[in-house]
Amino acid sequence: MIQSNDDTDLATDTRGHAANGKGPSGARTIRVRIKRADSHGKNVRWEEFKVDLPSAGERDGAINVIACLQQIASNPVTVDGTRSTPVTYESGCLEEVCGSCTMVINGKVRQACSCLVDDYAPNDGDLITLEPMSKFPVVRDLWVDRSRLFKALASVKAWVPIDGTYDLGEGPEETPDEQQTRYKLSTCMSCGCCLEACPQYTLEEDESKFDESFVGAAVISQARYFNMHETGATMKKQRLDTLAGPGGINNCGNSQNCVKVCPKEIPLTESIAAMGRSVTLHRIKEFFSGR
Amino acid sequence: MVTPSAQQRVIVVGGGLAGLAATIRIAESGMPVDLFSLVPVKRSHSVCAQGGINACNKIARQQGYSEYEHFDETLYGGDFLQHQPPVYEMAQWAPKIIDLFDRMGVPFNRTSEGQRALRLFGGSLYKRTHFSGATTGQQLMYALDEQTRRYEAEGKVNKYEFWEFLRPLMDDQGVCCGIVAQDLRTMQIRAFRGDAVVMATGGPGLVFGKSTNSVMCTGAAASRCFQAGAKYGNPEFIQVHPTAIPGADKLRLMSESARGEGGRVWVPAKKDAEGRWQPHPESGRDPRQIPTEERWYFLEEKYPAYGNIVPRDIATREIFDTCMKGFGVGGGNMVYLDLSHKSREELETKLGGIIEIYRKFVGEDPVEVPMKIFPGVHYSMGGLWTQYSPNRKYDEIAKKLREINDPIEARNLPVQKRNNEILQRNYEIDQQIADLRDKGGSDDEVQKLEDSKQTPEKLEPYVSLADLHGKDALPVGMDPDAPNNMMTNIPGLYAFGEVNYQYHGGTRLGANALLSCTFDGLFCGRSVVNFVRERAHTPAASLPSSIFDKGVEAEESRMKQLVESSGGENPYEIAKELGLEMTASSTVIKTGPRLEQSLNKLEELRDRYSRISLSDSGFWTNQNLSWARAVGDMIALADPIVRGGLAREESRGSHYRTDFLGRDDSRFLKTTVAEFDASTGRSKISFEEVERGLVGPRVRDYSTTKKSKAQVPAPTSADDPKQSPRVSDPNADVSGARDVRAPGDSEKVSS
Ligand SMILES: Cc1cc2nc3c(=O)[nH]c(=O)nc-3n(C[C@H](O)[C@H](O)[C@H](O)COP(=O)(O)OP(=O)(O)OC[C@H]3O[C@@H](n4cnc5c(N)ncnc54)[C@H](O)[C@@H]3O)c2cc1C
Ligand code: SF4
Ligand code: SF4
Ligand code: FES
Repeated sequence: MIQSNDDTDLATDTRGHAANGKGPSGARTIRVRIKRADSHGKNVRWEEFKVDLPSAGERDGAINVIACLQQIASNPVTVDGTRSTPVTYESGCLEEVCGSCTMVINGKVRQACSCLVDDYAPNDGDLITLEPMSKFPVVRDLWVDRSRLFKALASVKAWVPIDGTYDLGEGPEETPDEQQTRYKLSTCMSCGCCLEACPQYTLEEDESKFDESFVGAAVISQARYFNMHETGATMKKQRLDTLAGPGGINNCGNSQNCVKVCPKEIPLTESIAAMGRSVTLHRIKEFFSGR
Repeated sequence: MVTPSAQQRVIVVGGGLAGLAATIRIAESGMPVDLFSLVPVKRSHSVCAQGGINACNKIARQQGYSEYEHFDETLYGGDFLQHQPPVYEMAQWAPKIIDLFDRMGVPFNRTSEGQRALRLFGGSLYKRTHFSGATTGQQLMYALDEQTRRYEAEGKVNKYEFWEFLRPLMDDQGVCCGIVAQDLRTMQIRAFRGDAVVMATGGPGLVFGKSTNSVMCTGAAASRCFQAGAKYGNPEFIQVHPTAIPGADKLRLMSESARGEGGRVWVPAKKDAEGRWQPHPESGRDPRQIPTEERWYFLEEKYPAYGNIVPRDIATREIFDTCMKGFGVGGGNMVYLDLSHKSREELETKLGGIIEIYRKFVGEDPVEVPMKIFPGVHYSMGGLWTQYSPNRKYDEIAKKLREINDPIEARNLPVQKRNNEILQRNYEIDQQIADLRDKGGSDDEVQKLEDSKQTPEKLEPYVSLADLHGKDALPVGMDPDAPNNMMTNIPGLYAFGEVNYQYHGGTRLGANALLSCTFDGLFCGRSVVNFVRERAHTPAASLPSSIFDKGVEAEESRMKQLVESSGGENPYEIAKELGLEMTASSTVIKTGPRLEQSLNKLEELRDRYSRISLSDSGFWTNQNLSWARAVGDMIALADPIVRGGLAREESRGSHYRTDFLGRDDSRFLKTTVAEFDASTGRSKISFEEVERGLVGPRVRDYSTTKKSKAQVPAPTSADDPKQSPRVSDPNADVSGARDVRAPGDSEKVSS
C-alpha cells in the first residue's frame, strides 16, 4: 500500500528504463569538445569537458547531448581543470519537435536533443564535437541567429489569408491523400538543418541583404504547402513572384543535400521540383499577359 | 464602440497557443500588440502537444453527444472544482475553434470521405478528439504562428523574441500599465508600456525537476506576477500523466492518444490458486513471449466501463500502485503500454509522431514491442487566479437549480462524510492485510479483515441544467462583452492558457488544454480589447516615466545581486533538489506529514538560494543568470503548491491524500486561493466558493456507466474487484452516471 511517493523513491526512481540499448552497459566517461565564441567571430575557441555517464542499470533512460550540456553547466570545468562558464545553446522541447537545438555534431548538422551519446560516443574516452551552425551569425557559443529564416517565411507569405477569426464554418474539404502530403510538409520546424547543408545557402550577417539572399529549401517547401491549400492558393501569384525573383528558386543548384539532412524527412527536392515547375509556368503566363 | 487611441497598445507575454490566439484576436480588432517570448514563438512549448483537441462534432452529435456533454464530462473529470460558466462557454465554442483551425489550413487527419477524423480520448466514451497525426499541438501552433506572422508583416504585431518577462508594472491606482523585460542576447533591461498585459506563459513543470514540459516551463513568469500581488488558484492541483518515458533530461510523453487508439496497459502477472494476481516470477522477460493469460490488464479489469481511457489521475495512481506492489516490469518502475496488436499503417498515420519519439529515444519499435512507460509530471490545473462575468441567464437559472439541489446536497453531505470514514477505515484495513501477507498470515485472518470492510452508501442524484432546460445552448456561459474575463485581481493584468486556473478543476481531461488555451485567446482576447477601449484610467502612454524607471532599477539591482553574490551555492543543484522534493511530496500521493517536511526543505532551499554563486558573471547572453533568477521564483511558487496541498484535507481529482481519502464537499468544494505575503516571502492560503449553479457535484466513478457499450477492449479476466481494491474514490454512485452510448466507428482513415 502506498503511503508516500518517496517510500520507495517511486516517483523519482526510474532507473533501468531502456536507454537505446546500443551502447556498452558499464559506466564511462566521454569527452565533449565545444567550439565557443562570445559573439560572431569574437574570442572563438575550443573547450573540452569530461562527462560521466552512469552504467545502463543506473540510468534514467536515454542520455542525449543536451543532458551532457546540462551536466557541464552545473559544473563547467574543462579537462585541463580551468573553471569556465556554462555553454550557451538553444533548447526547448527536448523531443525534436521545436527545432531549437540544431547544431553541428561530429561534423553533421542535427538536433542535439535527439542525439544520443550511445550512438555517437559508445566507448570510454570517446569524443563528441559540438559546433554552431556556420550559415547563421553566432549569438554566443552554440546559439545562432536564425531570424533570416523567419523573415524569408514572411517574404513568401507563408500563411492562409483567412477572413479573420469569426465563426465562418469549416475549411475546404480534402482527401486523406492530400492531407497526408500537406501534413508531411507542415511538420517543418524551421530548424535550419537543410540550410546548413545547402551549398547555395551562405552566411549573411547584413539584415538589409536578407531579401535578396537565397530563401533556402525549407521556405520553398512552405510556399508549396500554402499553394496546395484552397484558400492559401489565392496568394499563389505573390509567392511565385518572390520565388521567381532574387534569392528565389533559381539559386538552388539541385545538389540535394537538404533532403538528406532534414530530421522530419520532408520531401524537399520534390517541393523544389514542384515549385520550379510552378515558377516556370508562372513566368510564361506573365510573359504572354504582356507584363 | 470607441476607436482605440493611436497610443493604446496591448502587451502579450507568451507565444504559445494562448498567447498567439490572443495576439491574433487583439490585432484583428485594430489594437497593436507587443508580443514577448523567451524563445521564437514558433518554438513555444505548445508544439509538444501530441494527441488532439476536443470538440463536439457531427458524428458524435448524432450519437447523442453535444456541447453540453462535453461541458459535463469536463466538470466530472475535474471533480467539480471548476467554475461552471467558463467551462460551459468553452464547450460551446469548441466546434467553432476546430472550424477556425480548419480554415487556417491545419492538416487534420481525414476520413476516406474527406471529413475530419476523430479519436477516443480519456474521460469520454465518444470520439470527439480532432487530431493531426500525433503532433496536433505543433500543427495548431504553426497555424497561429503563420497568422501572427501575417499581422507582423502588416505592422500590427511587434515581436520581442528572446525577451524575458521580469515583472508586471502597476500605476498608483494599482492598474497594470506595462512590464519590465530583458533582452536575453544583450541583457538589456527595459520597461514597456501597455494598456493591458496578457500573461500566457504556460505551466510550471520544471518546479518538479523533470517533467514532460519544455525547458522554458519554469513557472517563473507566473511566480513573478504572484509575488507582485496576483492571486494564485488551486496551486496543489498538478497532473501527473500516466504514460511517459523517462530520460536523463526530461520525461517524454507517450500521448493518451495511444490508449485512445486502442493501446492497452498491462504488467506480467500470474494468478495464484485463489485466482488473485501475483507478480510474475519472470516479469523482465521479452514481453512478446508472455502469453495472454499472464498479462494483467489492470485498468480494463478495474474500470470495465472506461478501461484504458480512465482520466489521468486514476490511471496514474493505478500504475503507481501496481509498481508499488511489485508488479512493475522486471521489478522496476515501469508497465507496458501495448500497441503491438495494431496495424503498422494505422499506427504510422495516426500516431506517427509519438512512435517516432519512442523509436528515437528508446531504440525499440512500438509497432513490434510493447512500450515501457511510467507516470511523469505533466500539467498544472492551478494557476493565476482569474475572474469572469457570467452571461445574462446564468444567475436566474443557477438560482433555480440551487434551490432544488441545495436540499439534496444537505442530505448528501453527511452521507459523504460517513463514506469518507469508511474509505479511510477500508484503506487502513488494506494496509493491515498487506502487512499480514508480508508476515505470512493465514488466509482466514486475511478474509476476516476483508469481511470487516464496509461498503459506502449511495448518494442522491442532483438535478442538472439539462434536466430542466435540455442540452441546447443557453446564455449561461461567460458574458462575451465583459472586460474582466480571465483578468487577474490586478486590473488590466490577464492570464490566458495553462497559466490560469480555470476550466480543468481537479484534473484536466486529455485534449482539453489546447482547447482552453485557444479559447482563452479568442474569447477573452475580446475582453482585453473592451477593457482597453473603455479604460477609465490614465493611458499607459501618458503615465510618468518614474513608474517604469523604478521597475527597471529594481530588476537591475536584482540582476546585480545575483551576479555579485558569492556564497558558493549552485543554482543547478538547488533546482535539482527542489524538483526531487516536490515530486516526492506533491504529486501522486500526498500526506500531511510529508508536506510539512517539504515546507522545511523549502526553508532550507530558500536560505541556500540567498547564497548562490553564478559560474558566469558576464553581461552578454548569460543563460546562467536567467536560469538562476528563475530558480528563486520556482521556490516561491513551490510554496503555495505545498501549502495548498497541506490545507486541502481531502482527496479530489489529482490531489490525493492518503490521510484524507474521499472528497469532502462541505469543506473543500472550494477554490484554493494563495496570496503572496511580501513581508515573509511565504504564501497565505484561503478558500473561496466555486460557481457551480448548473450541474450538481455527483460522485466521480469511472468503473461504471449506465449503458456502457464503449469501444474499449474487453477485459481479459473478470476478477472480483475486491481482490484489487481501486486506489481511486470507490464511492460508487451509479445513479449519477451519465447515459452514454457507444460511438460507432463510422470513420475510416486511409493512409
Ligand atoms: C508533451 C505534452 C503533450 C501534450 N499534449 C496535449 C494534447 O494532446 N492535447 C491537449 O489539449 N493538451 C496537451 N498538452 C497540454 C498543452 O500542450 C499545454 O497545456 C499548452 O500547450 C499550454 O499552452 P500555453 O499557450 O498556455 O503555453 P506555452 O505553449 O507553454 O507557451 C508559453 C509561452 O510563454 C513564453 N514565456 C514563458 N515564460 C516567459 C517569460 N518569463 N518571459 C517571456 N516569455 C515567457 C514562452 O516562451 C512561450 O512562448 C500537452 C502537454 C505536454 C507537455
Ligand atoms: S537542392 Fe537546392 S536547396 Fe537543396 S541543398 Fe541543393 S542547392 Fe540547397
Ligand atoms: S525542411 Fe527539414 S531541415 Fe529544413 S528547416 Fe524544415 S524541418 Fe528543418
Ligand atoms: S529541443 Fe526541441 S528540437 Fe531539440
